[in-house]
Amino acid sequence: MKDSNELKQIARQVRRDILRMVYEAQSGHPGGPLGCADLLTALYFSVLRHKPEKFDMNAHGEDLFFLSNGHLSAGWYSVLARSGYFDTKELSSFRKINSRLQGHPATEEGLPGVRIASGSLGQGLSVACGAALSKKLNADPGLVYCLMGDGEQQEGQVWEAAMFAAGRKIDNLIGMIDYNGQQIDGPVDEIMPLGDLKGKWKKFGWKVIEMDGNDMDKVLEGLSRARDLSGKQQPVMVLVHTDMGYGVDFMMGTHEWHGKPPDDEQYRRAMANFEETLGDY
Amino acid sequence: MKEYTYTEKKDTRSGFGQGLLEAGKINQNVVALCADLTGSLMMHGFKDAFPERFFQVGIAEANMMGVAAGMTIGGKIPFTGTFANFSTGRVYDQIRQSIAYSGKNVKICASHAGLTLGEDGATHQMLEDIGMMKMLPNMSVIVPCDHNQTRAATLALLNHEGPAYLRFGRPKVPNFTDPGEAFEIGKAVVLNEGRDLSLFATGHLVWEALEAAKSLHARGISAEVINVHTIKPLDADCVLQSVRKTGCALTAEEHQLFGGMGESIAALLATHHPVPMEMVGVRDRFGESGKPADLMKKYGLDAESIVGSALRLLDRK
Repeated sequence: MKDSNELKQIARQVRRDILRMVYEAQSGHPGGPLGCADLLTALYFSVLRHKPEKFDMNAHGEDLFFLSNGHLSAGWYSVLARSGYFDTKELSSFRKINSRLQGHPATEEGLPGVRIASGSLGQGLSVACGAALSKKLNADPGLVYCLMGDGEQQEGQVWEAAMFAAGRKIDNLIGMIDYNGQQIDGPVDEIMPLGDLKGKWKKFGWKVIEMDGNDMDKVLEGLSRARDLSGKQQPVMVLVHTDMGYGVDFMMGTHEWHGKPPDDEQYRRAMANFEETLGDY
Repeated sequence: MKEYTYTEKKDTRSGFGQGLLEAGKINQNVVALCADLTGSLMMHGFKDAFPERFFQVGIAEANMMGVAAGMTIGGKIPFTGTFANFSTGRVYDQIRQSIAYSGKNVKICASHAGLTLGEDGATHQMLEDIGMMKMLPNMSVIVPCDHNQTRAATLALLNHEGPAYLRFGRPKVPNFTDPGEAFEIGKAVVLNEGRDLSLFATGHLVWEALEAAKSLHARGISAEVINVHTIKPLDADCVLQSVRKTGCALTAEEHQLFGGMGESIAALLATHHPVPMEMVGVRDRFGESGKPADLMKKYGLDAESIVGSALRLLDRK
C-alpha cells in the first residue's frame, strides 16, 4: 500500500505519460485523463485488490475496474502499464497501427487489464452490473468499479443500468462520475444540463458521495468511504469533482482540450508542469 | 425422394425454452436474462428451476445486453431472451461493442422473428436481423427449422465459445426433425438429394421447401433440399458441392433479400461457382398485420411461391 506522497509522485508521471502519448500520436484525448490521473492512480496503486502480473479475464477474488468513458484511454493505459499489466515501453504504440493500445480500449488485441471494449458511451455501467452479479453468483468478495463521464450521463442506457442496479440490490458495485462539467461541444450545463445529478442518483436508489478528484488525500478518503458503503443492499455512486486538463495551466477550465493533441510548443509548456518521477517510458 | 412427415405442429420458441432448461441443468454457469417477455420466450421452465440464475431486467434491452456481456466475466454463459426486433435493431451498438467486438460468450436468443409474428404488424416483424448480425465480426448466426432443432441448437450453443445469434419464431410449424438428431453449428443438412436444382432454405421455410420439392417431384423435377440452419459460418463446402452437381440455386427465407441467407449464398457462388440463381424472401418492404399463413402467401414465401421460383430458375438454366 503506497502512501499519499508516493501516489502523488506516480500521478505526476501518469500525467507526463498522457501528454507524451497524445503528443506522439498527434491524436487522442488529453483533458479527461489529466483530470482523472489522481483517481486512476489511487485506484491502481492503492485501492484495487488486483493481480497486475497475472492478468485473468475472470479475475476471481479480485476487484474489477471498467472504464466506460473509453476516451480516457491514455490515462488508463498509463496506470495499467505503471502498475505492471504490461511494459511501459508499449505506451509509445498508443493509437498507432499494429498496437494493442487502441484509440479506445479493446480486448481484440489482448491487452492485459482490459476486459471489455468501450468508447461508444453509456455501456460500461451495464457491463459492470453484469460483472458484479457474476461475482455474487460465484460468492466472490471482489468489488466492481466503473468510471463514467458526466457528459455520458446524457445516454439513456446509463439510467437503465441505474434502475437495474438499485432494483437488484447490486451492492458490490461502485460507480464513479468524472464530474468536470465539460464535454466536446462545450460546458455540460450548456450542451444538456444534468440538473441535480446527485439528487437523481439518490432518487434512483443509490448511495451517493462526493469528493474532490484532484486532491490525492481526499481521493483516498472518498474511495475508502465508498468501500465502507458497499455491501449494504445498495449500489454506491461517487461524484468525482475534477478539472478537465488538471495540472496543465493552459488546459484547465475549458473544454478545448477534450480531444486535441498539443503541438510542439504546447507540449513543451505542458510537460514543464510536471517533474519526471518514475522515468519517462 | 425421402418423405418427411410430422405428428404435430409446435412453436420453435418452446423448443428454445426446453433447450434452455436442459442447458441450465447441464451447466450451472448458464444464466438467463429476459426483458419482460418470459412467457413469450417460454423461459418459465428455466426461471422456475433456477430462480437464482434467472435475471429479469425489465423493458431495458440495451442494459440487458451490457449486463449479459459483463456476466461472462467470471465465467457465466448468458442467454438473453426477447423478440428479434429488440434483440438486434434496438441494441445494435451494445451488441457490436460490448459483445461482438469484445468477443463475449453471450447467446442472443430472439423469438417472434419475421412476418409470421402475424397480427402485431411491421413494428414487431423483424426482417433485417440476420443481415445485421451476420455483418458483425465474431458473431455466429443460427436459424433452426422446427421445434426439435431449436432445442438442439440451444444445447449446441452451450458448447460453442463466442457470441451467437439464435433466431426462432412464434407460430406453430411442422415439427419434423428427429429429436435425437445432434446439431452441428456450421454444418448444413441435406434433407433430400436431387439433380436438377439446389434448394437452400432456412428457418421454418425448410418445411415449405420440402413441400415445394414434393410438387416439383410430381412434375418430374428433382430438387436437392438443404437446411442451412447456420447462416454464419456458412457451410461453403456443402453449398458448392450441391451446386456443382445441380448447376443452379434457389434460396428461401423469411427475411429481407438484402442481408439474408440467400445473399450470403449468392456471394459465395458469385466468387466460386457462378450459376443461375433465384431468391425467395421479402423484397425490400415492411410487413403488415394478418394471419401468418396469409402473410406467407401474400409476401411470396410459401411452398407455392418456391415452386414458382424453381420453375423460373429452371427456365434460365
